[in-house]
Amino acid sequence: MSTANAAVTPALRRKPKDDRLLGIAFIIPAGIGLIAFYLWPLIRGIWLSFTEYNLLTPEQFTGLANYQRMIGDSIFWNAVRVTLEYVVINIGLQTVLALVIAVLMQRLTQSTLVRSIVLTPYLVSNVVVAMLWLWILDNTLGISNEIISAITGERVNFFSSALAIPTIAVINVWRHVGYTALLIFAGLQSIPNTVYEAGKMDGASEWTMFWKITVPLLRPILALVLIMTMIGSFQVFDTVSVTTQGGPVNASRVLQYYIYDMAFGRFQFGYASAMAVGLLIVLAAITILQYRMTRAGETDLD
Amino acid sequence: MSTLTTTAADSAASRQDERKREDKKGVSVGRVIAWIFMALVMISTILPFYWVLRTALSSNAGITSDPTSILPVDLNLRGFARVFGMQSTEEALADGGSGASMNFWIYLRNSVIVATLVTAGQVFFSAMAAYSFSRLRWRGRDAVFTLFLAALMVPSIFTLLPNFVLVKQIGLIDNLLGVALPTMFMTPFAVFFLRQFFMNIPRELEEAALLDGASKIRVFFQLILPMASAPISTLAIITYITAWNDYFWPLLVSYTDSSRVLTVAVAVFRSQAPTSGTDWSGLMAATLVAALPMLLLFMAAAKRVVNSIGFTGIK
Repeated sequence: MSTANAAVTPALRRKPKDDRLLGIAFIIPAGIGLIAFYLWPLIRGIWLSFTEYNLLTPEQFTGLANYQRMIGDSIFWNAVRVTLEYVVINIGLQTVLALVIAVLMQRLTQSTLVRSIVLTPYLVSNVVVAMLWLWILDNTLGISNEIISAITGERVNFFSSALAIPTIAVINVWRHVGYTALLIFAGLQSIPNTVYEAGKMDGASEWTMFWKITVPLLRPILALVLIMTMIGSFQVFDTVSVTTQGGPVNASRVLQYYIYDMAFGRFQFGYASAMAVGLLIVLAAITILQYRMTRAGETDLD
Repeated sequence: MSTLTTTAADSAASRQDERKREDKKGVSVGRVIAWIFMALVMISTILPFYWVLRTALSSNAGITSDPTSILPVDLNLRGFARVFGMQSTEEALADGGSGASMNFWIYLRNSVIVATLVTAGQVFFSAMAAYSFSRLRWRGRDAVFTLFLAALMVPSIFTLLPNFVLVKQIGLIDNLLGVALPTMFMTPFAVFFLRQFFMNIPRELEEAALLDGASKIRVFFQLILPMASAPISTLAIITYITAWNDYFWPLLVSYTDSSRVLTVAVAVFRSQAPTSGTDWSGLMAATLVAALPMLLLFMAAAKRVVNSIGFTGIK
């Protein structure tokens, strides 16, 4: 496309002009957004984690006090445990399901309608999704419990302390699995058809081709999708906020909900910020891992 | 499992890297199981939405007496009337509502204002930045762009608390502008997304316009923006949906009806529901009303949204 022809040669011969003023003018609005809502909060958040701050009086520097408190806070560690439980269930289920759906979408039908239907839950908010499942899973009147009790004669309390986290994880899988499937689907599209044809020539079954062709060639994209969903799921909040508010007791008090509660329920912004720094470090580690994994996998797609 | 015959037409298509499967579809056990699984996936996607509709159209008394009926029990629109504040408190209480006043039209208006502000601002300012990063030459450009890319890595949980402190200090708490502000200027993703497209617009077109005496600003407005209208509208739709569905940030900054958006209002409606005998009919009507605008937008632009997802995730 960029091949020069005779007509534009004079244009190309012109000395490239430096657009310094215009270039900077054009990034000013976005630059304000970057500095005010990304870079400055980053610095400020780290600063706040070393202070005691309640919004009303100026922050007081307290050194590592918040971090010391964090290490000794059993509710914090419970939040870590609960969040990890959520992340493991959510990611495990979502990745496997999304992979199966993506492969089936590619092998069975390329219809946009099917893809649109699978994506629908992603189009409505977490709040709506949480409300919908709250009703369907309701202990006394929910349709799922009506069916369960008709079969087993017993009702299941989906939001009890033992089941709250798995339930919330499955609800979020329902919302996100279509999106994840479409990401993997896009990755599948980049695998050349010829590879499959060669496989067929050699008499490989669909099953063999899935494990010997699809999965290896998809590995870099799978790694990317996995890490992306992991970063997202570490920040679970909306569904918890609508369904259980962290309860019963602390059974579903995930990290982000605990941070929110500490900041806006008890106005301990310093301590909340320290926990946010903790989460940031975990997420940064995952991001670095993401780069390692995707880089390591790059050769596969060549 | 199923060995599929490859036709000549097929390999011709594959040369263009088309993944359309024109093969003769053999009816095999594997294929049937696969289709059943896909059907189950689609049913479990759609059915919950139907159940919301069925409940919203039922009365609370009907739901209790006949919880498994496939069709709405005691078909009526009173749940919606409650949501839109068209029922008197007595009527609402008699129907199992909380009697709390609902101002759904205000929340709807607020959601529209916030999502529109965010979308218009974010897309336009990001387009300006993307133009600067892709078509203008200035010293330090790549370094600044790297900074934007780095911001892509900052998780939202980390910026939320300091952003709240900032918005509070500039006095925009409980204000629609305060709800819109953090994402109104740009997101690193939007800048990155548009830059990719702007870079692919042939230089010759731009050079020709410049030779005709157009300024770079005019090139941006009259050449680049129209040429990139497809990716720009895709981004706008995605941004609108994301802004509309956002919950955590609006929850932090809005306290009263004057700045409350639909997502927060629905959550508040839920928390106001009486603990015994929840107003499920009203709640599901509210849920439906909150979900409907985005479902309609999606129906209108499904193809665009669906096809954009591969790009948004994998660059």
